[in-house]
Amino acid sequence: MSVTDPAPSSELSGGVVRHEVEAVNAAGTRTLYKAREPIYPKRVKGAFRNLKWIIMALTLGVYYITPWIRWPRGPGEPDQAVLADFAGRRFYFFFIEIWPDQLYFLTGVLIIAALSLFLATALFGRIWCGYSCPQTVWTDLYVWVERKIEGDRNARMKLAKAPWTADKIRKRVSKHVIWILIGMATGGAWILYFHDAPSLARDFFRGDAPFTSYFFFALLTLTTYIFAGSMREQVCTYMCPWPRIQAALTDEETLEVTYKVDRGEPRGAHKKGDTWDGRGDCVSCRACVISCPMGIDIRDGAQLECINCALCIDACDDIMKKVGRPTGLIAYDTDANIARRQAGEKPTVKLLRPRTILYGSVLAFVCALMIYGLSTQATMVVNVLRDRTPPFILMSDGSIRNAYTVKIVNRENYTRDLKITVEGPDGMVVGAVGEKAEGATVTLDAPGDTVRSVRIFATMPPGAAHGASIPVIVRVLDPDTGEEVLNPTVFMAGRE
Amino acid sequence: MSDKEIDETTGVETTGHSWDDIRELNNPLPRWWLIVWYISIVWAIGYWVVMPSWPGISGYLKGTRNHSERANVEVAVAELDAQRADATRRLLTAPNMQAIENDPDLQAFALAAGESLFGDNCATCHGAGGQGFKGYPNLNDDDWLWGGKLEDIRQTIRYGIRSDHAEAHLSLMQAYGAGGLLPRETVDDLVHYVRSLSGQEHDEAAAMRAAPVFQVQCVQCHGAEGKGDQSQGAPNLTDPIWLYGGDAMTIRETLWNGRGGVMPTWEGRLSEEEILALAVYVHSLGGGE
Ligand code: SF4
Ligand code: SF4
Repeated sequence: MSVTDPAPSSELSGGVVRHEVEAVNAAGTRTLYKAREPIYPKRVKGAFRNLKWIIMALTLGVYYITPWIRWPRGPGEPDQAVLADFAGRRFYFFFIEIWPDQLYFLTGVLIIAALSLFLATALFGRIWCGYSCPQTVWTDLYVWVERKIEGDRNARMKLAKAPWTADKIRKRVSKHVIWILIGMATGGAWILYFHDAPSLARDFFRGDAPFTSYFFFALLTLTTYIFAGSMREQVCTYMCPWPRIQAALTDEETLEVTYKVDRGEPRGAHKKGDTWDGRGDCVSCRACVISCPMGIDIRDGAQLECINCALCIDACDDIMKKVGRPTGLIAYDTDANIARRQAGEKPTVKLLRPRTILYGSVLAFVCALMIYGLSTQATMVVNVLRDRTPPFILMSDGSIRNAYTVKIVNRENYTRDLKITVEGPDGMVVGAVGEKAEGATVTLDAPGDTVRSVRIFATMPPGAAHGASIPVIVRVLDPDTGEEVLNPTVFMAGRE
Repeated sequence: MSDKEIDETTGVETTGHSWDDIRELNNPLPRWWLIVWYISIVWAIGYWVVMPSWPGISGYLKGTRNHSERANVEVAVAELDAQRADATRRLLTAPNMQAIENDPDLQAFALAAGESLFGDNCATCHGAGGQGFKGYPNLNDDDWLWGGKLEDIRQTIRYGIRSDHAEAHLSLMQAYGAGGLLPRETVDDLVHYVRSLSGQEHDEAAAMRAAPVFQVQCVQCHGAEGKGDQSQGAPNLTDPIWLYGGDAMTIRETLWNGRGGVMPTWEGRLSEEEILALAVYVHSLGGGE
């Protein structure tokens, strides 16, 4: 296969244009420190391109709009639907409110995200990379801007080589200005997730916002501009760990963007009127290569650089229609199917495999745990710690006293009157410094959205308690809601 | 080039390293990566200049920003004091100590401050939870030598007991035996009398013999019934709580050699508001008399 081909495109079937291009990762002479090879992805049209436009609109829309969604929670609480409130140490997500002691919910979300990624990758390859990764989405957006201003592939290549005329300066400056504006919008939206969006936006323009807001605004503006503007595929190839990990998650039954070697080879230019017998369907036009945002050649097989964006599918389908061959020379397919066809068998798609069943069931299990945890979330959490120094106290009248530190987390936003009762042997008397007490019950109030800590004393009259430890239950009751928490502990009555 | 091994699949040359027949591709390093490395070297040099870096013989290179973690901590502590200034002022201006306990915010502030002060200063003798040891009173019970009211506790902390402070609580359990004040047999009899006060096992005849002696020698401090006197720090001998021990051996030792434990004065070592906070904390330990 030679890069240049003598036949002019007018003689080729479908009027297909053949491009002189080499994949950026093609094996060849390589210098030790390789400069980035500029890539000028050509615009493609087709089903996958449309799908990508829709996903881009959705993901960017969700990202930019979410902080502005309001969700009234009552007085004294933020009305922002999604808010990571670091100062108040709370995380809000619509009806869910997470306290620092419930950080395991965030761990759960991260585990669910990781498992979903595992499952999706095992089934359909790098669909995360191809459609929804921020790096892909913003790069796609930046390329779109670039194309609007500088034109498609050929025009951009020409402009890159052109001398610095006023026209080139105008185009380049407007491109970078728009890129930076998009970056600023991205950084600006990011910081809104951590503060009340309307007031932060106002403070931001007045210069009154916290330093961290300006810092992260600047940081995200810069990373967006650099990663989507000039780094692009370098981020995927050299900075991101995911391409390395995904090789362990896929197998020969995984549906990935695949060039069907069995159908395409032997490849070569196809002249009008020539027969298709004895040759493959690939007409060596390299439309797939020039439309690839990674600048690679899918016909080299599955490779680290390929983000599975499926744009080469659209590009090749277009060519196949022109030359009058069935589409799908490049398509979502599996290695196993190539082998099956080569062996004369029928290709099949096996979605249920030990690997996908495992990922799926673990995922379902963790999701069920999370739903259970969230739906049974208590509005009152109680911790009882028995004093250990000293384990018990001998009083001057011979009675025995134990002290307990009771921590009550009140997740409601109002003050609750609570009753703490120590259920133990008859005759037990309970008290707390500064609180009302009667018999074995202490009454106190727990202010809303706080942790109330109180030390209670349980006393047994002289001679009434025997044995090293007597089981007791510390019951915290909210008489208004009927909610109660029982905490089993012990009462130490001495050594005899 | 002939000695370079080329990987068949990728056409990339390998490093020649092989682990279990897995060979490492010698892919080129991107140039921008190298540039980032150079930039970080330049950054590091800039960092040396700006921030404290190299150690010297007598000190270190301070850097142009004169950054000092120690100074930062001092600033942070000053900020903390400023934040606490209001609560501290309210502590000091409270009309009486009961008012501190009645104000939940102020009480919480005092308790938190008191707890950490207790751990730093008092726990060595009284134990982490104030449980005490032999000779060092348990602060959790309701038996107070010098009084368990808020104001009493504050006095005791401020001046100490038999400390070198002029206002310190003073009183001494005499060495009745060693000091030659009473003959040996009388001391032995007194042990039985003292044990009889708290209803412990004793020899009735010996106790009867010692009763008149107690009414002469001990009554001034411990009272006719042996219930003690908090104004003199004289313990109640009728309850089951003993500072040194209520067994016959220990009581005899106490009578023979006398007692005079010391608690230092904290005035001057702790500030007025710290003593207040500590008193509120210790008061809460005992359940608040
Ligand atoms: S795979 Fe399709 S697009 Fe790529 S060179 Fe062959 S015919 Fe052209
Ligand atoms: S080879 Fe195809 S699927 Fe892979 S990155 Fe390039 S265009 Fe996208």
